[in-house]
Amino acid sequence: MSRISDAFQKRKSLIAYITVGYPDIETTLRLVPLLEENGVDIIELGIPFSDPLADGVTIQNASYQALQNGVTPEVCLSVAALLKEKISIPMVFMGYYNPIYNYGLTKFCQKCATAGVSGFIIPDLPPGEAQDIDFAATEAGLDIIFLLAPTSTDERIKLVAAKSRGFIYLVSHSGVTGATANLPADLSSFVNRVRKTARQPLAVGFGISTPEQAQNIAKFSDGIIVGSRILQLVQTDPSLEKVATFIRQLRQSLD
Amino acid sequence: MPKVDSTGKPGYFGKYGGQFVPEILVPVLNELEQAYEQAKKDETFQSRLKSLSNTFSGRPTPLYLAERLTEHLGGARIYLKREDLAHTGAHKINNALGQGLLALHMGKKRVIAETGAGQHGVATAAVCAMLGLECIVYMGEDDIKRQALNVFRMKLMGTEVRSVSSGSRTLKDAINEAMRDWVSNPETTYYIIGSVVGPRPYPAMVRDFQAVIGQETKAQSLRQLGGLPDCIVACVGGGSNAMGIFYDFIPDQSVRLIGVEAAGSGISTGKHSATLSAGKVGILHGAMSYLLQDEHGQVIETHSISAGLDYPGVGPEHSYLKDNKRVEYVSVTDEEALNGFKLLCSLEGIMPALESSHAIAHALKIAVGMPKNKNIVINLSGRGDKDMDIVQKAMGVKI
Repeated sequence: MSRISDAFQKRKSLIAYITVGYPDIETTLRLVPLLEENGVDIIELGIPFSDPLADGVTIQNASYQALQNGVTPEVCLSVAALLKEKISIPMVFMGYYNPIYNYGLTKFCQKCATAGVSGFIIPDLPPGEAQDIDFAATEAGLDIIFLLAPTSTDERIKLVAAKSRGFIYLVSHSGVTGATANLPADLSSFVNRVRKTARQPLAVGFGISTPEQAQNIAKFSDGIIVGSRILQLVQTDPSLEKVATFIRQLRQSLD
Repeated sequence: MPKVDSTGKPGYFGKYGGQFVPEILVPVLNELEQAYEQAKKDETFQSRLKSLSNTFSGRPTPLYLAERLTEHLGGARIYLKREDLAHTGAHKINNALGQGLLALHMGKKRVIAETGAGQHGVATAAVCAMLGLECIVYMGEDDIKRQALNVFRMKLMGTEVRSVSSGSRTLKDAINEAMRDWVSNPETTYYIIGSVVGPRPYPAMVRDFQAVIGQETKAQSLRQLGGLPDCIVACVGGGSNAMGIFYDFIPDQSVRLIGVEAAGSGISTGKHSATLSAGKVGILHGAMSYLLQDEHGQVIETHSISAGLDYPGVGPEHSYLKDNKRVEYVSVTDEEALNGFKLLCSLEGIMPALESSHAIAHALKIAVGMPKNKNIVINLSGRGDKDMDIVQKAMGVKI
């Protein structure tokens, strides 16, 4: 069992996404241990990209700001290596394929392993295109977490269930990342449909921004993923107190 | 050389192409691919496409001998494939009509599109008006300013033009926004991509809808020139007009095929859009192809006087044709394109789009060194009315 799937064993998993270097590197280094202290089980470190087409305005802006701050895949690896000394929860990179491809797939996977990163999520890389990186990741002992969406057919579910390692990322609704007031009513049937085929833990992301939503979704999933709302709170409160409070509330809602 | 576009893996041209998209779009793309494969064999679909190509789009477009330009240069004879005479003023109508009919065929009532220069947006707006489809076009804020006339044309035809203010505020960002719309509305919406870019099946499908340009050019050449042309020159941004005219000639090794990219202020200045000349392999907008990117894999901002060429990527089939050397890819600067523009206006009474002016500028360079009995065909992909403001400013002329 991998470090990532292990994280789902003890309780409903709380997975937090942040963009590396938003609003600056120093904040990232403070924020991640704080997220762990307040109940996060897995941290997703976002590698910024110039064209994040699966993301809504919050993560787009954070990526833009991080790129302005000079954040590169190399910097993200260095940040992960520093965080490895400060936290004990697994780290996952989330990034678009081009910067990773450009870095070199084998080199990237090896460096991830050295930096203490346990796997990655690449939103524009479905399993049909992932053979090369899958080989490099397997060699380096890393998980690749694939995504499924409500539009996914049974055939796609079978494919992702065969390829995804660590957990499967279930996109809650048709759309991009970002906080939404209303999540689809039939979310549970989507998760249950995947559950019939997949043995991996199932975590739901996209649009989750309140403890109430988290609690409802955790009734039928193994974990929830929150991103945009965290970045919004970081932006409005550099002391990070609001983020800490929010994460504690999410934790309570899941336990 | 056969017109083989794949080395076995569906949607690939050599190592280029693919379907690098969020999972939510994979089933939608598969549905589109099946619908397109079915439409290719559907006689009703094909006969309606043919009929509307003739009566709505105005096909076939003529192959015109530019006598005064030929005389002025004193070299090879220059012919123009007059896509500027197609309805809405550019080759873009061929693809918009094909995909508009496909949207209807698939029962989708809402169409989205992206546009740079506005020509694809105008063509899509026209087709949607004619077919009774709702139409939303994404366009970069900067392109909205420099192509105001086309924005007005789209609105007159009932299309909603949505301004995109993220990133470089040009075509690349308009595509990002259109894709965000599509992942948000995958079941109701048809996305008419405007060039031979994007995930499978778009590059091959758009090429097929544009291949009529080359098919006509071949038949017209045999009739008017008594044989195949010696050289075909076309501009390349995403590359749809070029793929359209090249495709039927790929097996004809005697025909030299040249794609012309935008060198902007000059490749050495870094302010250009010459993807195949100066880019390296990467992944953007659903496909692996050549890409303008920095050393960290971030897509860089491009520059061209022509909004339609101002794009950091290129169709994957062009990348394949570059690597196997069937097509030569070159670039010309803004200034050279403007000179080509002015020469065609003054000698032939034809005002080309700034995109097409790049092809003209390169043809001018090579024609002088070629014997008089040789024939060059330039794909005049669109007309230049939309570019009047830009040309006026570049020439320092006030009206």
